[in-house]
Amino acid sequence: MLHGYGPALLEGTLLTLAVALGSLMIAAVLGLAGALARLSRSRLLRALSLAYTTAIRGVPDLVLMLLVFYGGQLAVNEVAARLGHTDYIDVDPFVAGVLTIGFVFGAYLAETFRGALLAVPAGQHEAGLACGMSGAQVLRRILLPQMLRHALPALGNNWLVLVKSTAIVSVIGLNDMMLRAGQAAGATREPFVFYAAAGAIYLAITALSELGLRALARRLAVGTRTATP
Amino acid sequence: MTLAPIIESLPLYASGLGLTLQLLAIALLAGGLAALPLALLRVHPSRWVHGPVWCFTYALRGTPLLVQLFLVYYGLAQFELVRASFAWPWLQSAWFCACLAFALNTCAYTTEIVAGALRATPHGEVEAARALGLSPAQVWRRIVLPSALRRALPAYGNEVVLMLHGTALASVVTLLDLTGAAREVNSRHYLPFEAFLTAGAIYLAVTLAIVGLQQLLEKRWLAHLRARA
Repeated sequence: MLHGYGPALLEGTLLTLAVALGSLMIAAVLGLAGALARLSRSRLLRALSLAYTTAIRGVPDLVLMLLVFYGGQLAVNEVAARLGHTDYIDVDPFVAGVLTIGFVFGAYLAETFRGALLAVPAGQHEAGLACGMSGAQVLRRILLPQMLRHALPALGNNWLVLVKSTAIVSVIGLNDMMLRAGQAAGATREPFVFYAAAGAIYLAITALSELGLRALARRLAVGTRTATP
Repeated sequence: MTLAPIIESLPLYASGLGLTLQLLAIALLAGGLAALPLALLRVHPSRWVHGPVWCFTYALRGTPLLVQLFLVYYGLAQFELVRASFAWPWLQSAWFCACLAFALNTCAYTTEIVAGALRATPHGEVEAARALGLSPAQVWRRIVLPSALRRALPAYGNEVVLMLHGTALASVVTLLDLTGAAREVNSRHYLPFEAFLTAGAIYLAVTLAIVGLQQLLEKRWLAHLRARA
């Protein structure tokens, strides 16, 4: 049915997953930094974090990706020229895609993590300090593990949206699942079959993620008390 | 920064913004109108009624908008039946396909948002209406729907912003929307930063306007749910 293009699609799926996981890692780091900055006592850090989350969430990810890809190309070559480099450097679409999606979802995760950090009772923080832990120790041993529990539902949603937005990396020429589906569609003149196949793969990733997230939620809920209805 | 070519291209950006807003309005209107009856079916107790609606919303919410757009624009052309039908002149137009794909997408999300609000209707509201002797149709029309649609407003505001950002994909199927205008300016003058930052700033302004409007509407229609001091 796929005229032998199945393996190519699966290879593209691996690349799509690599983009998604790479972006998630960048987003988690940026999101945590953004959330801590937003909750910090420094007015400058709070303003910076607010500007980051507002600006990024107000602009389409495709526009940001084109900005990073074409703008990055220009900036990299200008810097290289100043350093005496004469060859033209191409920006890798994988790097541009991962950086952009990571940067975009960092803004969403910052909001998620901020809410989750606020949901940890203040007494936990105070108790940690009273036991003689440093601020960093309280963060790492007390706040983050409990914060993750509160963040998980929204984090799961963010992940599902992130996976879907990786499709636009094909626009800047990354050989991901979408681009391969397009190539196969052109070669076989069966565009519906291949785009439907790409859609089915995304749907499968979504469904599997939901299962995984449910298992993770059970694991993170260890030790919480719930009233059985 | 080289601003002269950007200022020269302002008419292009303006017409791009016009197309973006037009696509957004058509998608929201068509998708929203279709979402209302679908939401009612979605909360129907029978599995045979709400099941198919769930399949529709799950498939559309689980796949990227880009896949949906390509399925409509490139995919449908694969079938002889479609090419022979009365709809073919429409389906050849990128503009119509973008409208159709965006409307279907926002319809799926709106259906779930409205269905969620319907399910969250406080049972006291329905009981009070019944106790007053309202017929089932009157309960729906006068109590449940107005109450649920108001409470759906915050989530729907998010959906409007996400749809605005989704319309940027129209540029991928050759339309000169706001993103398309920025791509055009970039390829004419090779000014990626100026071209895409201008588009980003306009998107941000429209997003903030939508959020402002949403807050205004919430103040008016959700006044009864606000905490009283």
